[in-house]
Amino acid sequence: MTMRNVGRLLLATLAAAALAGCASTRAPDPRDPWEPVNRATFEFNDTVDKVVLKPIAQGYHAVLPSPIRSGVRNFFANLRDPWIAVNQFLQGKVEEGLSDLWRFIANSTFGLGGLCDIASDMGMPKHNEDFGQTLAVWGIGFGPYLVIPILGPSSVRDGVGTVADVYTYLPYFLPEWLDFEHRVAWSNSLTALDLVQRRSDLLDATTAFEQAALDRYAFLRAAYFQRRRNLIYDGNPPPEQPSDSPDSPSTGVLDGFVWLAGEARDSDVAESGLSPNVVDPKVPANYRSVLTAGADSATP
Amino acid sequence: MIRSFIALAATCAAFASGALAQESTPPDVLVKSVTQDVLSIVKQDKDIRAGNTKKTIALVEQKVLPHFDFNRMTALAMGANWRKATPEQQQVLIEEFRTLLVRTYSTAISSYRDQAIDFKPLRMQPADTSVVVRSEVKQPGQEPVAIDYSLETTPAGWKVYDVAVGGVSLVTTYRDTFTNEVRARGVDGLIKSLAEKNRQLGEKSG
Repeated sequence: MTMRNVGRLLLATLAAAALAGCASTRAPDPRDPWEPVNRATFEFNDTVDKVVLKPIAQGYHAVLPSPIRSGVRNFFANLRDPWIAVNQFLQGKVEEGLSDLWRFIANSTFGLGGLCDIASDMGMPKHNEDFGQTLAVWGIGFGPYLVIPILGPSSVRDGVGTVADVYTYLPYFLPEWLDFEHRVAWSNSLTALDLVQRRSDLLDATTAFEQAALDRYAFLRAAYFQRRRNLIYDGNPPPEQPSDSPDSPSTGVLDGFVWLAGEARDSDVAESGLSPNVVDPKVPANYRSVLTAGADSATP
Repeated sequence: MIRSFIALAATCAAFASGALAQESTPPDVLVKSVTQDVLSIVKQDKDIRAGNTKKTIALVEQKVLPHFDFNRMTALAMGANWRKATPEQQQVLIEEFRTLLVRTYSTAISSYRDQAIDFKPLRMQPADTSVVVRSEVKQPGQEPVAIDYSLETTPAGWKVYDVAVGGVSLVTTYRDTFTNEVRARGVDGLIKSLAEKNRQLGEKSG
């Protein structure tokens, strides 16, 4: 599958999910109006992982010693840094963006083409940015939850972000731009190696996840929204609004389209400005409100 | 039999540590010392690193459990449904949820591989009754993973009532599942699911 096809697949998924939304009758979670389709995609991904990806990642993890795997991990992480820098700039974070650019330059040269992450030791930590986060900082809400084939949990906003991320994915496009001999083979091999390496890093985490979850689909969905929110605020999210409680009334299918009309669920990102780093001392998120909500609904 | 013995031992340990700790141990010092204590044991113990579940669970029961408030955790994870459960159902829920969390936590701990852990300075006013202790697991070549512990004062000292990894709160994540489950199958349905899950995990680890 070429990278362009992946892009088309993503767009097709968005369209299919939008259509399927019209068919769904009941939405237990207001953030997930397309749950039946998402669940099916989740099952598909799970099977692909069990049958193909996980066994390969396990073999890779067993065969290669840790220093080599670190080299591979660093190499691909380095190739992601320029796009991370671009996203920092797009979010108005100039200092972080410059730091990420320096990371790329330092690691590409002194770090032997990215095999060693010397920039982290030089005080330039690795950051986590993508175009979905940039869209969020620009004030666009999650939109409906969306499970993408192979790539997993996402939302309409983050799915659009992923399309941009895919088209700026250097391991695939560098061989083409640099006009390598056998560039198609290079592109595919590098992409596959990156995928296997990243899956192998998650082996322990997925084991713990499988143990912890009663309903893996719902568990992953809940984790996805929290994780993305955390990333959007660079690790310092403000306490959540009580109205985000899963018990708040759902308007069903239309939720997704209300979002398209501009009523972003997490518009607080935009309201709080471009640098959400200054945040009140952390209050345990919505913990009092949960208990009060309990008191309210106890009376029939 | 052995399980109830471990539970008894854990209860004694809880009383002992509660009595020793009093309220004088500040929350950040508490979390830091317990973390270091547990990880230094994991580092040295070949059985735990090889995935000996029983031994890891025993370690967690002894060292970690006394500092968690499972009643609070279960109540928070149940959210609005907590008051719908009878006191008997609440007791069973606490017990099953605790078993599940201990197992999951044990699995997570046994995959620990010498990563450095940094604790961030605690931001806390003297009058605060709840606080978040923030730490970071450093991994070479990757962005650090934040682990945040939410603690609350109790008569037996500071107790953890939530843990968040990379911004993903344990309690909030379970609340979604619990809410769905109770909506679809009632409180007893949720208890059944938890018990079934624990039974499966128990069988796997032998």
